[in-house]
Amino acid sequence: MTKSGPLGWLIRNPIWVFVAIIFVFFSLSTDRFFDIANFRNILVQTSTIGLIALGMTLVMINGNIDLSVGATLALAASVTVDAMGWAVFADWGNWQILPAVLLRLLTGVAIGALNGFIVWKTGVDAFIVTLGAMLGIRGLVFVYTQEQSFFATNFTYSDFDYSSVLGVPTLAIVFLVFTVATHILLSRTVHGSNTYAVGDNREAAVNAGIRVGPHMVVNFVIVGFFAALAGITLSTQMGAATPNLGREFELWVITAVVLGGTKLTGGAGSIIGTFGGVLAIGMLRNGMNLIGVPAFYVLLVLGTILIFVLFLDKQLNRQGDEEIRL
Amino acid sequence: MTDTAAAGTILRLEKIVKTFPGVRALDGVDFELRRGEVHALMGENGAGKSTLMKVLAGMYQPDGGRIHIDGLRCVLPTPIAAKEQGVILVHQELSLAEEMTVAENIFLGELPRSRFGFVDWKVLNRRVGDILETLNVDFGPRTKVNRLSIAKKQMVEIARALTHDAKVVVFDEPTASLTDAEKTVLFDIIGDLQERGVGIVYISHRMEEIFRISDRISILRDGSYRGTLVTAETDEDEVTRAMIGRSLDLSRTSDARVAPGEVRLAVRDLSCGKLFRDVSFELRAGEVLGFYGLIGAGRTEIAETLFGLRRPSAGTVHLDGEAVRIGSPAEAIARGLSLVPESRKEQGLVLGMNCRDNITLPQIDRMTSGPFISGAREVEIYDKYQARLEIKAPSWRTMVKNLSGGNQQKIVIGKWLSMAPRVLIVDEPTRGIDVGSKSEIHNLIRELAASGLAVIVISSEMPEVLRVSDRIAAMHEGRLVTVFERDVVTEDDLIQAISGIGEHAA
Repeated sequence: MTKSGPLGWLIRNPIWVFVAIIFVFFSLSTDRFFDIANFRNILVQTSTIGLIALGMTLVMINGNIDLSVGATLALAASVTVDAMGWAVFADWGNWQILPAVLLRLLTGVAIGALNGFIVWKTGVDAFIVTLGAMLGIRGLVFVYTQEQSFFATNFTYSDFDYSSVLGVPTLAIVFLVFTVATHILLSRTVHGSNTYAVGDNREAAVNAGIRVGPHMVVNFVIVGFFAALAGITLSTQMGAATPNLGREFELWVITAVVLGGTKLTGGAGSIIGTFGGVLAIGMLRNGMNLIGVPAFYVLLVLGTILIFVLFLDKQLNRQGDEEIRL
Repeated sequence: MTDTAAAGTILRLEKIVKTFPGVRALDGVDFELRRGEVHALMGENGAGKSTLMKVLAGMYQPDGGRIHIDGLRCVLPTPIAAKEQGVILVHQELSLAEEMTVAENIFLGELPRSRFGFVDWKVLNRRVGDILETLNVDFGPRTKVNRLSIAKKQMVEIARALTHDAKVVVFDEPTASLTDAEKTVLFDIIGDLQERGVGIVYISHRMEEIFRISDRISILRDGSYRGTLVTAETDEDEVTRAMIGRSLDLSRTSDARVAPGEVRLAVRDLSCGKLFRDVSFELRAGEVLGFYGLIGAGRTEIAETLFGLRRPSAGTVHLDGEAVRIGSPAEAIARGLSLVPESRKEQGLVLGMNCRDNITLPQIDRMTSGPFISGAREVEIYDKYQARLEIKAPSWRTMVKNLSGGNQQKIVIGKWLSMAPRVLIVDEPTRGIDVGSKSEIHNLIRELAASGLAVIVISSEMPEVLRVSDRIAAMHEGRLVTVFERDVVTEDDLIQAISGIGEHAA
């Protein structure tokens, strides 16, 4: 049943069929789509949910989920923009960005660690723990910002998303580098193998002596880190951190990951699939925008595709006639 | 063991106590294992064998007692700590990650690393390749576990015992799903381990295996130690008495055989893809037809097809002379067909529900008064089958997961009897059930047939099919080889038929 070669690869990653279809469709429907500048745009626009989706893939293969990523992003962004205005860093010039960004990443890591620690020690389902974190952290953002938006006064920071290296936007590079790094982490390292094992059969993992609790904490830390990092794209693009930053991002991210073939029950998924899911969402939003379709139709189309891709996945990967019918 | 150095004690458990809320699972159990010895651990289900072994493997922490390995006192806080001390547990229930490869599963938790936490795939695949070679299996390190049959998965589980320099290897019901050929390989491996001075703890319900390979037998009952017997100096009866506290009546006591009535079920040339082909048989009222064969011979699949879970690719089914096409379990039930499935915990019961609700589950839509479920009518049904099947449960409120295997199985049987079936299919009626309850279930099946029910029993255990059946259908690789009359068939006939030896002659 396991087919090798390109066809087998496509059967295991049906999302890439859609990426191709979407790509061809928009290339034909508008001449503004097939354009290097536009591709750069897509990569920059998707880098936000893309980065979080990398971490979310690990957490979801673990059989967990993190709903608090949007709120984490908002808190981290607020901390950064606020910290750049602190008097301590006032005469650091552009160097003030460094401690601010480090603080931001630390915030993400700390929230991830806390989520993971609660899931580990209480045994409460990750869905519930991070649902609570999502509400609580969002509340904290409002308390912290007193419902105000923070504006970045440092223009190097707010122009960051226009910067590029060798013609490739820096944000796109950051996203691509982390995509490759996470892919290697998941497919080549012991931690990656254990990620699959814990999600596939947690009891077997415990029996085999994998320290499942600390292992899961690491993955929550990774997704927290990525959520904080992803805030760069957003807050630099806007030059500000608003308390509502990153709302519903958890849904976009989870959609991208699931589109990419990661099972909600854990044990299966890949970064290649997630990358496809992220691109599909990015190209859809961008392409439909270019041909002048109102934004809410994007949601409609995306929802339809989500169900269709999963249906296709089930059809392609079922066991044939001999399967027991429900 | 002639070598005196090798004859020493490698493992000693002293006064091990383990309590769970409300239960004293182990009550001061002693156990002693020598180098190069196969020491069988026996007891009914719930006697504490698995708990004791989990304590030994570092999965449970004992509330009292001491563990000595190689003469040194040990504390085993985690499974890894136990492995490091050389204690390997081969689990009874498959403990595998299905989506991962054979190699990753065998070294789960201790994958070989190169630098920076990367998996060293070369070393992994080479070591697993070597292990698989000694196991003489037909799959490679890179095969995904979910592509393997249950028997092969069991071999993967066994392969884990060979990854370490083990001092003690515990096999917990290793042969439950193995074919005879694989059993032979397993026993060879156990022999090899013995020669290397490894102590083997062997847990099984199967007496013939215990007497074939063990040196000594220790017995647990109700969480306490009931002594150790030397295998060569005892017999099955003595072991059974120690286990259940009484002798077992193995004669077919309630063998109230009735003359078979009219044909209830007639199956002609039934096929389902590659699972089974051209299967034809008849089943009469008042008769038990046993289906015997190796795992994967297609017996369970026939039952599932009759019950509407699978769609046949060819063939006809007649129920009471009428041609039927059963498309779903609901239709099967409506036509008087019931299936007691192979694994009662996964397929037969809702473990977290109470006894009453489990029994009335298939007919709950009929148990209503107005829009509400009538609890009183449900209890009525429960009481009826509790009395008829002698289900031992404190009350109908008891959660099914807290019952013993035998009583759980009776709940499943009771559930289907309450649907007033005319044909009852029972798949592996006594898998994982202890000796005492086994014979009760066997008697029950005979009584049901005597009451006019047509019964199909699918079993992998020869003594069981011989005991309960009137006729025995032997299957080999998806084909029904022969249907034997119980009174004339010999064990040899059956073994030849299911291994495909006499196929062309028959």
